[in-house]
Amino acid sequence: MVSFCPPRSSVFITEFNRMNLPLVILTPFIGAALTAWAARFGARRTAWVAGGMTLLALIILAPTLTAPFKGEVIIQRWSWIPQAGVDLAFRFDGLALLFTTMILGIGLLVILYARYYLSDDAQNPKPGMGRFYAYLLLFMGSMLGVVLSENLIVLLIFWEMTSLSSFLLISYSYQGKEARQGARMALTVTGLGGLALLGGFMLLGKMAGSYELSVILAQGDVIRADPLYTPMLVLILIGAFTKSAQFPFHFWLPRAMAAPTPVSAYLHSATLVKAGIFLLARLFPVLSGTPEWSWLVIGAGLSTLLIGAWFALFKHDLKGLLAYSTISHLGLITLLFGLATPLAAVAGLFHIINHATFKASLFMAAGIIDHECGTRDMRRINGLWKFMPYTATLAMVAAASMAGVPLFNGFLSKEMFFAETTDFFSDRPWGWMLPTLVALAGVLAVAYSLRFIHDVFFNGDPINLPKTPHEPPFWMKVPAEILVGICVLVGMFPAMTVAWPLKVAATSVLQAPPPRFDLAIWHGFNLPLLMSLIALFGGLLVYSARKPLFRQANRLEGVLDAGAYYDSIVRTVAGFATALTNALDRGSLQRLMVVFVVSVIAMGLAGALGSGSPLTGPRALLAADAVSVFIALALIVVTLATLILHHRRLTALVVVGALGLLVALIFVKFSAPDLALTQLSVEVVTIVLLLLALYFLPQRSPRESSRPRRIRDTVLALLAGGSAGALTWAMLTRPHESISSFFLENSVPGGGGTNVVNVILVDFRGYDTLGEISVLALAGLGIYAMLKDLELTGLARDARGRAWNWDAHPSIMAALTRLLLPLALLVSVFIFLRGHNQPGGGFIAGLITAVALIMQYLTNGVAWTHQRMSDNMHPLIGAGLLIATVTGLVSILLGYPFLTSTFTHIHWPVVGDFELASAMAFDLGVFLVVVGATLLILIHLGLMHDASHPDPKLQQEPR
Amino acid sequence: MLSTALAIAFGLVTAALALTLWRLLRGPDEPDRILALDTLYVNSIALLVLLGIHLSSELYFEAAILIAMMGFVGTVALCKYLLRGDIIE
Repeated sequence: MVSFCPPRSSVFITEFNRMNLPLVILTPFIGAALTAWAARFGARRTAWVAGGMTLLALIILAPTLTAPFKGEVIIQRWSWIPQAGVDLAFRFDGLALLFTTMILGIGLLVILYARYYLSDDAQNPKPGMGRFYAYLLLFMGSMLGVVLSENLIVLLIFWEMTSLSSFLLISYSYQGKEARQGARMALTVTGLGGLALLGGFMLLGKMAGSYELSVILAQGDVIRADPLYTPMLVLILIGAFTKSAQFPFHFWLPRAMAAPTPVSAYLHSATLVKAGIFLLARLFPVLSGTPEWSWLVIGAGLSTLLIGAWFALFKHDLKGLLAYSTISHLGLITLLFGLATPLAAVAGLFHIINHATFKASLFMAAGIIDHECGTRDMRRINGLWKFMPYTATLAMVAAASMAGVPLFNGFLSKEMFFAETTDFFSDRPWGWMLPTLVALAGVLAVAYSLRFIHDVFFNGDPINLPKTPHEPPFWMKVPAEILVGICVLVGMFPAMTVAWPLKVAATSVLQAPPPRFDLAIWHGFNLPLLMSLIALFGGLLVYSARKPLFRQANRLEGVLDAGAYYDSIVRTVAGFATALTNALDRGSLQRLMVVFVVSVIAMGLAGALGSGSPLTGPRALLAADAVSVFIALALIVVTLATLILHHRRLTALVVVGALGLLVALIFVKFSAPDLALTQLSVEVVTIVLLLLALYFLPQRSPRESSRPRRIRDTVLALLAGGSAGALTWAMLTRPHESISSFFLENSVPGGGGTNVVNVILVDFRGYDTLGEISVLALAGLGIYAMLKDLELTGLARDARGRAWNWDAHPSIMAALTRLLLPLALLVSVFIFLRGHNQPGGGFIAGLITAVALIMQYLTNGVAWTHQRMSDNMHPLIGAGLLIATVTGLVSILLGYPFLTSTFTHIHWPVVGDFELASAMAFDLGVFLVVVGATLLILIHLGLMHDASHPDPKLQQEPR
Repeated sequence: MLSTALAIAFGLVTAALALTLWRLLRGPDEPDRILALDTLYVNSIALLVLLGIHLSSELYFEAAILIAMMGFVGTVALCKYLLRGDIIE
């Protein structure tokens, strides 16, 4: 499926043997673990570690930073799942350069800012800074992964990781309901988008024949001509739009404002919401240029631009205003990419940079105001100019940039935006529509920017603030200062600052040299300038008429709230699911079993009767000897007896013991000695386990079912059993080719053992076994945790009301079993060592050892045994898991796949020829886990008894 | 000669199995049943050893050893339950 064909010749690709790109991504992840650990040494050191790791990522990136400027694209690749076309491939080009610098640069500033923002937060006396920075770095690493991926599937994995880590960040103050709900909504919406994106990427990969961007980007024409282009485009756009909060998926972003302000400053300016736009830019050469693209992307962008700007004006919450303005600006960038002209793409990229700088600084300013005033309600925050003129200046510059005032960077990209929209439809009859609507959005943008400035810093005096505001600490302002500085520098000297990086980024977006563009403040008197002027003065006008507008908005509040629609959809779906579940499952196990058994029988019968083939197949029947027939008959009789006797629990247990024995005999007869050995050991362990439980349970099961119900169940049981029997008969009388021949043929050459069962367990399916012993270990520990310090009252008298026997440990029995212990252990060692070639192995040996030790507990007592043997089984279990895992890892170190087995024969002087297989070490791990877990469970079940033997007199021999 | 002896032995051991099973089901009391189960273990060992002789294979002897060991522990556990209720104390 994957063929790597060389990309277009205009781009020069060097394959570096270095591996700095994955290291750049990995560094924040390592940093997350480090900061979580460093949190115990105080807030300041945590921030230092987080900042240090971010700087380290930048330093690791440094050697490649210049490559995009030389026209190079760096690709670093490691094979991962070549069969599926998924390689760990990373790409560094102009677009990646732009985004990595934003992610790391603004990340660094946010880390510095958060250090002061979180330090004395009134609502969170213990802010948990380590957790905050760890989440932030997790997010940073995921975001870096998105922008540096060369392989689409790898990109998707990081994409989903950004969803998850942003969920953690938004729900940082998880004590608050709003934070939890906001985080859940963001995760649902972006998770949905991720799913759509996966579908889109699969289609795209199929069309291009590869998931590699270098291959895909070179095949725009092929992909656009594909019949599945439209579904693919829609799926990918859903992914991008949900992430970038485009209408109609925009509603999660304002709710995500429940996050601490540094999170908002990071996620909603430079990173998370830009991921969708990044994707649009990344796939721009492949997807753009069709009518479908124009309609969908322009439509979404334009409606988002207008809706965001409209709502932003009417939000009384400072962060709410910024949230909706973010949505609006994201719509603006999306609209630019929708126009699909090269110059529009350049303008889009430019606005990405500008929006990141002014919005991050605005969020920081909002955080400072929130921090200093204790509220974010603009109806109460007024006249802050008197209290914090310095912060006010910073915020006003950033807001002016947001409004598109000349001399600040927002003006430049906005004017490019106006120019592109006027050009686009100029020759169509409705061509004036787009510029008009865009100008209207510009008017609203000026109005809400003006509101941010006027309402907060002027407009009378503050009303009833919880705190008296003053200027924040010096270092809290520094990040905002730097960002505002960039706004002004770029705004005044665009050609000297941003032009070159922008050109480099545009080259990689367009996959061709960009058209000449002129970043200047003054282009002469033209239509875009006119639109800018209309926006500025119109905005002033709208803001001065705000009072009647606000009244109108109050009346309309909640009418067009997409979040409410989302809530009602979620409620409906959840209600439907609950109703359906309740209809199917009424909390009765019997009912579920009936439904299950009846449907299985019905389907099986339908299939069998429908096929028309006879019950008995063509295979000749084997002769049955008398002993086998007898054992089979005995098995049937004993099974029936168990059924009849099951109300008397102890009796049933004895009879079940006989059943196990008979089954083991059948296994032996039909050449499955391993199964027989396992069955026998498990049988005894089960008897001990059930006896331990039975001590605390009633000795008889009451009859609870009514007569009709019993008849119904009997009929059902007969039908189900008969069907299973018929199926087995039909299977066994037909020639049957199973996979067991493969194992039989490959057991000796592949695994070096003649005992196929054991070779399968420790070699062919070693990975399964590793999983199983892990589960066993976990189950043992879980049971231990639940039983620890639990004391239950057992029966005071036996089933017939007699007192228990006084002699807890009869001495003859005790002495006898002490003698038996070494013999039993010898058997265990024997079974273990021969396991690879003859019946046996670690699992059976483990059970035998466990049973041998349990025998000592039974006859000599817990106290006696624990004097001679540790009662702490945890090291044993741990050692077992460790040995098994290390055995697997060693084969990786030697360059083979995980758990590859090897074997050799050595000759010992006395013992003779002896085979040594690496699988034996693995088997030893299995052995230890089985011994540890079995003993842990049984002994702790046994130790619950304490409360039932209160009287030591009962332990004495009666005189 | 051996085959005749084996046939007779198989017949006898199978009969013993049948009688023990009868005792297991019939009871009348729990100690009877436990004893029956224990005898069933012994009978099975005999059966396996006979089978090994019959087929000239050593494969059945491990199972016999294991039945001897495990059967003993099972019987001890059941008896301990009858005497004390609590088997690990």
